[in-house]
Amino acid sequence: MLDFELLFLVGLKVLFALLMIGAVMTMAGYSVLAERKVSAWMQGRVGPNRTVLPFVEYIPFLGPYLKKMGIFQPLADGLKFLFKEEIIPGHVNKFYYNLAPIVALVPALTTMVVLPFGEFFTSDGESIPLMLADLEVGILFILAISSLGVYGIVLAGWSSNSKYPFLGSIRSSAQMISYELAMGLSLLPVFLWVSEPGTGAMGLSLVDIVHSQGNAPWLLLVQPLSALIFLIALFAETNRLPFDMPESETDLVGGFHTEYGGFKFGIFFVAEYAHIVVGSAIFTIIFLGGWHFLPWVADPWPSTWVGTLIGIGWFLAKTIFLIFFFIWIRWTLPRFRYDQVMNLGWTKLLPLALLNLIFYVLLVTWIDQPAS
Amino acid sequence: MAKTVVLPREPLSLSERTYLPQIVTGLKTTFSNMFKEKVTLQYPEEKPIIPKNYRGVPTLVKDPNGREKCVSCQLCEFVCPPKAIRITPGAVSEDDNSRAHVEKAPKEFEINMLRCIYCGYCQEVCPEEAIFLQEEYSSSGYSREEMINKKDKLYELGGTLPDSHYKWDKKKSAEDDGNDH
Repeated sequence: MLDFELLFLVGLKVLFALLMIGAVMTMAGYSVLAERKVSAWMQGRVGPNRTVLPFVEYIPFLGPYLKKMGIFQPLADGLKFLFKEEIIPGHVNKFYYNLAPIVALVPALTTMVVLPFGEFFTSDGESIPLMLADLEVGILFILAISSLGVYGIVLAGWSSNSKYPFLGSIRSSAQMISYELAMGLSLLPVFLWVSEPGTGAMGLSLVDIVHSQGNAPWLLLVQPLSALIFLIALFAETNRLPFDMPESETDLVGGFHTEYGGFKFGIFFVAEYAHIVVGSAIFTIIFLGGWHFLPWVADPWPSTWVGTLIGIGWFLAKTIFLIFFFIWIRWTLPRFRYDQVMNLGWTKLLPLALLNLIFYVLLVTWIDQPAS
Repeated sequence: MAKTVVLPREPLSLSERTYLPQIVTGLKTTFSNMFKEKVTLQYPEEKPIIPKNYRGVPTLVKDPNGREKCVSCQLCEFVCPPKAIRITPGAVSEDDNSRAHVEKAPKEFEINMLRCIYCGYCQEVCPEEAIFLQEEYSSSGYSREEMINKKDKLYELGGTLPDSHYKWDKKKSAEDDGNDH
């Protein structure tokens, strides 16, 4: 017998999942536009300002403004990838060559399953986090899945059977391994701090992290060093400048995607930006108080659906600022040399993360010691 | 002889070794750049300012009275290094009072813009100041034939330029005054 209630729930979840994918992909598309626009502004240029849908241009005031801001550019960019010829070079390993973009995109889209982006209040005033799956081990899940993203890059580099992609993918894997450690270690003190003393509750849930920052200082202010290490590691994980070793177009042509073109390259491109969007969201959740208003200030919005919407908006605003920060850094700092990246990762960040962890372990133990 | 001075290099302070203050400075620079005036020229809508004496597309000009100045002497055709100019001379009718003393005018004047190298020799050599390389710089077309500027096109591009000599008018008035040489 069919259980209609279950079917309805499953259908609802699928709908939510599609909405979430739509939202993240749209944000990824528009962060490409943001990248182009912001880089243009920083370099004294104007950026894409020609693409426009028919007739939109003739809307008074709004139309020319949208055109000037290049709002329709991502559409054109995406379509361009779709209409391009799919070239598969003769020297590649066809199966893995085709598989690689998918392997790169899937982890980027999987991590968003556990991202809480707002809260909903029931009539009893109870808050339910808005997310696809409330995993107890949310951050562990994210760390595990996001590091799978490197497989796509390694696979692309290897299956391309050509020197530049190969070098790019080797660099990428080395870099990922180096920075994953520092990233994990920088998050441990955060979760130590958040776990309530005495109760023995030792959650890794992202929702608990956000709740702990409501009407309280953001964790960025409590643990600036952890935040800094995490941010640097995040830059390395998302292959963003100054750590874009796998791509480094100046010395490796196009890095791991040298042999890719058309829509397959587009998938790599979108995956990269989806990583940035999700990474920004994670940083917002852990260090910037998620959807809560400001440090030490209680949310000024009411505990109704209005508050839910404002909270989501506030969360998005923080995430978008971080995406802007990613872009901002990219057009400010030059790329590290490969050995400098390794040096920074292993001899600076890792010991720093360890010291940071030890310090907070001692601090938390001292604070939590039972008053005798 | 200049003496090489080796400047002592101070060891970096702790904050300098983290590079973080420097990164913040760099971020400030890029951020303030975002609000500066843009240097982009929105090309087809905005045109660059053409400097004086710019050598653009060669054109034929008329004098302020609307008469064509070229007398079909073919010096430009002769001097043109890539042989881009071809002139078919024609006669000016003697009844044409406004063009007294002028014997010839080009029946056809062609400048092949696929050949032209914009050297400006034609302008330099012209005894009538009839051909000028003006501000127009973009010529385009879909075929080779389209890239050959015909006489009417050349006059359209050239327009009218001020004339400080009125050579033929002077000659005519001199004749009227009985100073014919």
